[in-house]
Amino acid sequence: MSKSVLVVDDSTSMRQMVSFTMKEAGFDVIEAGHGQEAISRVQGKSVNLVITDLNMPVMDGMTMIRQLRAKPEFKFTPILMLTTESQQEKKLEGKAAGATGWIVKPFNPEQLLQVVAKVVR
Amino acid sequence: MQIDLKRFHTAFFDEAAEHLAVMEESLLALERMPEDGELLNRIFRAAHSVKGASGTFGFTDIATFTHSLESLLDRMRDREIMPTPALVELLLKSADVLGALVAVAKDGGPLPPAVEQLVAALDEARCGGHGNAATTTAKNSDPPPPKIVACEYTVKFVPGHDILLYGMDPLLLLRDLSQLGKIAEVTADTSRLPELTALVPEECYVGWVIRLVTDRSSDEIRAVFVFVEDSSQISIETTSAASEAGSAIPAGPQSGEMGSRGAGVLTTASAASQPKARNVETSSIRVSVEKVDELINLVGELVIAQSMVNQVIGQIPAEILPVMQGALATMDRCTRDLQERVMSVRMVPLASVFRRFPRVVRDLAGSLGKQITVKITGEDTELDRQMIEQIADPLTHLIRNAVDHGIGTPEDRQRSGKPPEGTVGLHAYHEGGNVVIEVSDDGRGLDHERIRRKAVAKGLIGPEDDLGETQLHALIFAPGFSTAEQVTDVSGRGVGMDVVKRNIEALNGSVSIESAPGHGSTFRIRLPLTMAILDGLAVSLGGDIYIFPLLSVIESFRPKAVEVKTIAGRGEVVMVRGKPVPLVRLHRIFHCPGAITEPTRGLVVLMEHQGKKLGILVDDLLGQLQVVMKSIESNYRKVEGLSAATILGDGQVAFIVDVPGLTRLARGH
Repeated sequence: MSKSVLVVDDSTSMRQMVSFTMKEAGFDVIEAGHGQEAISRVQGKSVNLVITDLNMPVMDGMTMIRQLRAKPEFKFTPILMLTTESQQEKKLEGKAAGATGWIVKPFNPEQLLQVVAKVVR
Repeated sequence: MQIDLKRFHTAFFDEAAEHLAVMEESLLALERMPEDGELLNRIFRAAHSVKGASGTFGFTDIATFTHSLESLLDRMRDREIMPTPALVELLLKSADVLGALVAVAKDGGPLPPAVEQLVAALDEARCGGHGNAATTTAKNSDPPPPKIVACEYTVKFVPGHDILLYGMDPLLLLRDLSQLGKIAEVTADTSRLPELTALVPEECYVGWVIRLVTDRSSDEIRAVFVFVEDSSQISIETTSAASEAGSAIPAGPQSGEMGSRGAGVLTTASAASQPKARNVETSSIRVSVEKVDELINLVGELVIAQSMVNQVIGQIPAEILPVMQGALATMDRCTRDLQERVMSVRMVPLASVFRRFPRVVRDLAGSLGKQITVKITGEDTELDRQMIEQIADPLTHLIRNAVDHGIGTPEDRQRSGKPPEGTVGLHAYHEGGNVVIEVSDDGRGLDHERIRRKAVAKGLIGPEDDLGETQLHALIFAPGFSTAEQVTDVSGRGVGMDVVKRNIEALNGSVSIESAPGHGSTFRIRLPLTMAILDGLAVSLGGDIYIFPLLSVIESFRPKAVEVKTIAGRGEVVMVRGKPVPLVRLHRIFHCPGAITEPTRGLVVLMEHQGKKLGILVDDLLGQLQVVMKSIESNYRKVEGLSAATILGDGQVAFIVDVPGLTRLARGH
């Protein structure tokens, strides 16, 4: 069974880039443009990894991480957040919300996969 | 894995344009509502998104610029800096420069000259005028890690109890460590394990002591634990004699930036090896316009094939005719539905054009010392994408005119008992299968007397001509007509209203004016929903069929012999209610043998273009129909006097007449 990843970002280009990279790495990809959409897309499902932006309309990344972590299917799921170097404090806030780790923007596909490999078998 | 990031550039440019539009719109709103925190959030989010993506796709100029912008916005968002009018102006300028930077990234060319100056201004604004902002924007340049020889480390790792509940798998960390060098020994520390009854299976009680032989620095080893170092106990000690600078560094959390430092830590990515069957769920997709056009083309063919079938149905034996008719009616309906749906794919909301106007009006009004608000309704009304692009210029012109000529200065307005602030309205709605766009103002209205004087001076009308209001209004669309006393740099740029009208007519649309002196004017643009389908009037000429755009047709009649005259200098004319209208013999222009050449035996179709009438001699009228336009230019070459071709139900090709082109041809003959 192939692995699956939920990619959440309101930026189409970033989402495309992350999704494309993950597909090339053999993941099935579920995409969403914001937290709310993400939560409805994984209703009753589980995934092997979540990669999410933080600053998004409708529902931001922090809120989504908290809500996902509260679901039994997402109790142990690695969640990576996309941050920028100006958001140091977001890392701690994200960890507190239940995130596993972070990827600092800008990043390239290789760097993304390196971070993914840290949290997914 | 090698992934070419260029493939995402289109998406980036598209969304950068969207973010810029949001930024501008929100900044304009912020000017009026400086207290609105949500507006600042939206502006910040837009800048933030552009920054993140631009850095990722290698557009460093954009990333650097948005960094300054974002830093300022961040402090504004926290209410540390208030959005003064001067600051909003600076931000608007920044949005412009950002747009220029995106354009440079897209199409190449030199960087806009204002960038550095603006970055300095942004940084200064952020630091409250105290300068020295450069320190924060400067890239932190880490010194290269000291080169070291292999030595042995003892790594002690006691994860926090809840590590599993953060989605972290400690075994992955051990695996990562093993990839840094050679693991000499791993010992599990089980001393924290509780009694079985007290054990919570979701928690982690085990710790590890790893003896690792590697040539990496302790910072690089620590980077393995970057995601867990705040919740776990980690110690790294050099146990073998080999020297290493800085091995006792207590390693702060900042040292483990994944994006920069951690880049070299993992050399293999196990998940990356085999691409598998994949499955993506998305709620919307981006499709190239060419693909949609191909679809539209094919559906057009289908519609034609359908009408061919309908034409031969009469020849079907009577016993199966009813069944056949029933089936055909269903197919007919499906085809039309399909056509409609496919066309709708190309439709985009007018909002994409409308939203640029508040800024245009604001800047213009400011430079003219006027106070003007913009009221927009119906921006959700959809129009064919191609038309959206082409309607922007005429609309801009009409709006500039409304601001420049229509609405007066606050003093002017108060003198005529109006509020000092004028309103420019932009309204879109559907009406009878067309889209109507209105540009209105509550200003002075058209000055009939001035239009008349000007028209007489320009020789467009005689001094004694008695013109109705509509005809007077139509004069402003005449080539070379401009009522402004002097050419301003706002709307008098040599492109007149005639160009506006020509552009709208090129879209098979029409424009009309409603104006009451002292109360304002409304320019009403009527456009077909799409340019791919045309409502036409079919006429016969020789053995051929030509299609006239129905929108331009006024009437048709059979002239009497006395009504057809030749006037010196104006050529052949036909008298319509006592007025001479140029007569165009289509058979001469298109060389149709066998066509009726005697006007009294044929029909004259009266058309209107740019307020001028034109009589076209044809053999007969065949009726109204909807035709799917096929480009002649892309299949053959441009033909003067024809705008497109179409295929009729019986398979015959018919040409669609280009009225403006025909007018030019008629003048040439």
